[in-house]
Amino acid sequence: MLEIKKLSKEFIVEKSFFNSSNLTVKAVQDVSFSIEKNQVVGLVGESGSGKSTLGKTIMKLLNPSAGNIIFNNVDITHYNNQQMKKIRKQLQMIFQDPFASLNPRKSIFDALAEPVIVHSLISKKNLHEYINSIIADVGLNVESLSRYPHEFSGGQRQRIGIARALVFKPQFIIADEPVSALDVSIQAQVLNLLEKIRDEYNLTMIFISHDLSVIEYFSDVVIVLYLGRVMEISTKNKLFEKPLHPYSKALLSAVPKVKSKKINKILIKGDIPSPINPPSGCVFRTRCKYAIKQCSEIVPELKEVDSDRKVACIREEVW
Amino acid sequence: MHETLKIEGLYTSFESDYGSTKVLEDISLSIKQSEVLALVGESGSGKTVTSLSIMGLLPTNGKINQGSITLLSKNNKKLNILELSDAELNEIRGNDVAMVFQEPMTCLNPTMTIGSQITEVILNHKKISKIDAYKLMINLLKLVEIPEPEQRANEYPHQLSGGMRQRIMISIALACEPKLIIADEPTTALDVTIQAQLLDLLKKLKNSVVSKTSILFITHNLGIVREIADRIIVMYAGTIVEEGSVEEVFNNPLHPYTKSLIQSLPEFNIDNQKKIQPIPGSIPNMNDLPSGCYFHPRCSFAKENCKIKKPVLEKILNNRKSRCFEYHQLI
Repeated sequence: MLEIKKLSKEFIVEKSFFNSSNLTVKAVQDVSFSIEKNQVVGLVGESGSGKSTLGKTIMKLLNPSAGNIIFNNVDITHYNNQQMKKIRKQLQMIFQDPFASLNPRKSIFDALAEPVIVHSLISKKNLHEYINSIIADVGLNVESLSRYPHEFSGGQRQRIGIARALVFKPQFIIADEPVSALDVSIQAQVLNLLEKIRDEYNLTMIFISHDLSVIEYFSDVVIVLYLGRVMEISTKNKLFEKPLHPYSKALLSAVPKVKSKKINKILIKGDIPSPINPPSGCVFRTRCKYAIKQCSEIVPELKEVDSDRKVACIREEVW
Repeated sequence: MHETLKIEGLYTSFESDYGSTKVLEDISLSIKQSEVLALVGESGSGKTVTSLSIMGLLPTNGKINQGSITLLSKNNKKLNILELSDAELNEIRGNDVAMVFQEPMTCLNPTMTIGSQITEVILNHKKISKIDAYKLMINLLKLVEIPEPEQRANEYPHQLSGGMRQRIMISIALACEPKLIIADEPTTALDVTIQAQLLDLLKKLKNSVVSKTSILFITHNLGIVREIADRIIVMYAGTIVEEGSVEEVFNNPLHPYTKSLIQSLPEFNIDNQKKIQPIPGSIPNMNDLPSGCYFHPRCSFAKENCKIKKPVLEKILNNRKSRCFEYHQLI
């Protein structure tokens, strides 16, 4: 349904107003993957790994620096805003902080009706009925339509954010950290809601999160990102059973769990390097305890291990 | 007295033009020497207000209405924190009790090098020469595993990464070997791999240098509690709902809130392919608390009695406490 081919996104670093620099932040580099219909793909990584940039680039909210985005067999990489308007009906996004994306001076009804009117999806006569059905789908009552964003709690606002993505009856939703700002008990409610609408609306999704347990719960396929590059792509079960890439191993081992106390954690040293000047060769080599000389020389290819997973690491013997 | 800190019947409220809002109700807890106590709850449950009450750092509209907070000072004197003057409190803060906050960037002074910020604390509380203070500072940086401490000491907070800054905060907290360290969500702003590094550091320190220091660890992350704490206190709407050893509370929670909180974690719902069991509804508004047990509107065990009568924090079994009439349904 969606195919990403060697997608890269670089941002130019502005040194000062007058001097343009040639430094770039390499936010996303050479990312390729494809998503089948009704799949949920989880993007996981630490801050600065390029998860959100990748999501926004796929939405064409940011223009890719290189590579191709193929949506429903159509290459949308070079579509202009006018052309994207049609695509965005099928391709919607849910953000982390819905309060920031809702106009505080518009009632919820107006916020939900606006895109319907702009795209003339529904005749005015049926508008109320349509919005009522959407708001019921996300578990809010009809009275809330006349209220304003500040009157809602975080969890309710996220439901409105989801409703706003649903008004188009999209085929594809990119959810960028949709539950990260919520408390555990509310997070569970919103996760359940996302699961429900996924089934009801027959959605294909990209689910972006830094929380591995949420990713494990919600995704079918997981992509592990580090410093803008894909480290490992795998079906969920295989990844969480046995991660192969040294970074995936460390990341999974770092998560504190309630179920069992972990004794032997794999700790990785230091911090994530600057994306302006990422390490040569494998971007993870500076923190990897298995790194050898070749790691700094060759950028490891994403190699297929079996039909379910691909790993970008040349040190196969340590997997 | 073996307790480093003892809070009894603490009631705190915030005053505003619209009246007073109760934020803490009947908080009683104690921390033994060298114990790690985790204070857990969702946002608005009163975790941070509890810690600010201990430190005497409540905002000006915050008021402690009732209760007592007793701290054992370094020379084993009992101090009633609520009766101390500001000057006396300043004497204690950083010396007997130290705090590590969530966001180190807002706590560190951006115009001072980190070295001078650490020595400032040392010179304030210890009668030693500047040269000795410098040596101590370098040692502290080594202790929290900052590479090249002599160079780092001359750098400013913005030159350090988030994980490094939090290490600096820990070194400041350790500077005077306090009796009690209050850590308020110290790893929440950090990435998991950095969080793992810090938790590892805290555990190492706990087993070596500060083996006698008690830690009050405030967090919303139950996984971290499992890893670092000895005992856990669960808070809901400004009250303590459950208390017990970490192992026991997680294996057999005796309050419906704790039980459903654990069940709503995604990690418990992955294998059995079931849907997550969320807690219905949301956290009550502190100005409009439900009658009876504050949790009853969201509780699946609630009976008629729970809507009318307020439960008290009762001792059940050895070292377990629960604020629930229906806890026997959970055993």
